Amino acid sequence: MSATLQHSPQRQSLQGNHACALGAIAAGCRLFAGYPITPSSEIAERMARELPRVDGVFVQMEDEIASMAACLGGSLGGVKCMTATSGPGFSLKQENIGYGIQAEIPCVVINVMRGGPSTGMPTRPAQGDVMQARWGTHGDHPIIVLTPASVQEIFEQTIQAFNFSETYRIPVIVLYDEAIGHLVDTVDLPNPEDIEIKNRKWATGPAEDYLPYAPDADGIPPMPLPGDGYRTHTTGLTHLETGFPTQVPADVDRVTRRLLDKIENHRDAIEQYELSCCDDAEILIVAFGITARAGERAVNIAREKGIKAGLLRPVTLWPFPERILQQLAARAKHVLVAEMNAGQLILEIERLCAGATPVSGINRFDGETIKPLEILAKIEELNHE
Amino acid sequence: MSEVALPLKLRRKTTDQPADEFEIRDYLRLDLFPHFLCPGCGHGIALRALLWAIHDLDIKKDQLAIVSGIGCAGRLSAYIDAHTFHTTHGRPLPFAAGLKLARPDLHVIVITGDGDCLAIGGNHLIHAARRNLDITCIMMNNEVYGMTGGQVSPTTSLDRFTTTTPTGNQEPSFDACALATGAGASFVGREVTLQTTALKNLIQEGIAHKGFSFVEVISDCTEIYGRKNDLGSSPEMVLSQKRSILPRFDGTAVDKPFRPGSWETGVLSREDRPEYYAAYRAHCRKVLGRANSK
Repeated sequence: MSATLQHSPQRQSLQGNHACALGAIAAGCRLFAGYPITPSSEIAERMARELPRVDGVFVQMEDEIASMAACLGGSLGGVKCMTATSGPGFSLKQENIGYGIQAEIPCVVINVMRGGPSTGMPTRPAQGDVMQARWGTHGDHPIIVLTPASVQEIFEQTIQAFNFSETYRIPVIVLYDEAIGHLVDTVDLPNPEDIEIKNRKWATGPAEDYLPYAPDADGIPPMPLPGDGYRTHTTGLTHLETGFPTQVPADVDRVTRRLLDKIENHRDAIEQYELSCCDDAEILIVAFGITARAGERAVNIAREKGIKAGLLRPVTLWPFPERILQQLAARAKHVLVAEMNAGQLILEIERLCAGATPVSGINRFDGETIKPLEILAKIEELNHE
Repeated sequence: MSEVALPLKLRRKTTDQPADEFEIRDYLRLDLFPHFLCPGCGHGIALRALLWAIHDLDIKKDQLAIVSGIGCAGRLSAYIDAHTFHTTHGRPLPFAAGLKLARPDLHVIVITGDGDCLAIGGNHLIHAARRNLDITCIMMNNEVYGMTGGQVSPTTSLDRFTTTTPTGNQEPSFDACALATGAGASFVGREVTLQTTALKNLIQEGIAHKGFSFVEVISDCTEIYGRKNDLGSSPEMVLSQKRSILPRFDGTAVDKPFRPGSWETGVLSREDRPEYYAAYRAHCRKVLGRANSK
């Protein structure tokens, strides 16, 4: 029998992708539009079973582009929407993700990373979409990317993704690798009433003078709900506060700046990370997702050997938790970035360290996870230097 | 630096109750005028026919959602005083599908062009037709990519000149209505802009139809396409369009091969079959009810 949240709190054995689906349902997602792709298909399969029970809608669209478009359309109608994919599908969704950013449409996109480029290795884990998640769509744009590191956290971060997307009116990407997606682990499902749920601000007040993209003091405009009398225009063209397009340089500068600042000005509320043994760390490991778990193990063994190693695990990959990294790196002798790609996150770390602390990487892109002992060997090597 | 000019406020009608008699201004965002269409373009006539149909169906503007793609036809949505969504190139149908699934209470109408609907968005058209969600798709066919300066489209007639067929088009063109019918659209029709009343009636029937309805509007691009092909002025173009139609009023299926330059018009096919959302809900209730009673 499939699980529902009716009998919570409860402890369940769940696959990562199923935990994602249950998190979405708990967050209030009532429309899922997807397209089958390994290794994310279990999310769609679980949503197809769960959504009818909560009067939601599951639809398998004709392709990846259509599923992204349907999510945005559904969200414009006032319903929380999600889609899930992997590398090739994530590439296809990029144009419409950009539309969601430009038109400020909340929605959640799950990307279960597999080996790439192109078709790559559908059933093998990778962390190669770090930069695509940040810069996949064209033009200057903000983005929020979350990277859970356990099955429990997939459940929690999927809810968090909905909360961020509703709060900041932006598509939020949840990025995790195939290894966690297919990992089966014990998950504590909280009581529904104990879950913090955020919903978007709806437009209120007279329709006469309503400006759909005029922000509140927090930089975020309330959304008009179709049927509420605000007959507004939504477009992917750069638009004024009226919602209608502009190419006047001063206006374009103002509205684009507001779009970027909307996330930048709320970094403190968005940035999340986890520290392990960082107080006196001389060798600072930076790793996310499944690799952070290997990192934590390596740090623990190193500590047993008397080596002052520590782990910074960014939970929000973008915006990257800059300040904490700079604080820790300033105290460390060396920063070690472990990631299952040829070196993507390390570029951001090097930028933030700006040459003050040496940075090196541990990289694998052969479809295997990075093992704790590989990280430990590097820690010991650095310790002897 | 001069002060940044605050955006223009839109003049809003406070009422959602237009006059009994159809008055196009009741349905337009007049502040956006003058519109961007070229002189002689047929899209404006099609827009009028659509708004007239909406009026006669007594659809409230607050219950009306217009979803459009990219191109000349895509730009039309902005002028309509309703919930309007100008989406990405080729994707208005899946955007509309999501919107309709989230909000089955809204009347969702898609405005698209021949490039938007048949080239980049062709996959969405056939699946929208197959799925039979209650959306009306109005495709303006002017045989050319007008917005980008006049390139060949999937409906450009043989031997016609465009900027990307400088020696004349050698690709066969789509019969959009046959395609939609073949893919299972439960209502398919075609009309030329010159027969505005017939076009309005066709669109009205399409919107009233429960399920996916597809209406092809034979429009004319005088400035970019007509000029390059010596097709004459706008009146000459629409008259030649009218001369090449073959009206059908019996609603039976089309069984003739497509002949470029000769369009069958009217309701071309109609079939009553289950509407997607209603069927999905009913099915879920039935299955869940069975599971609960066990």
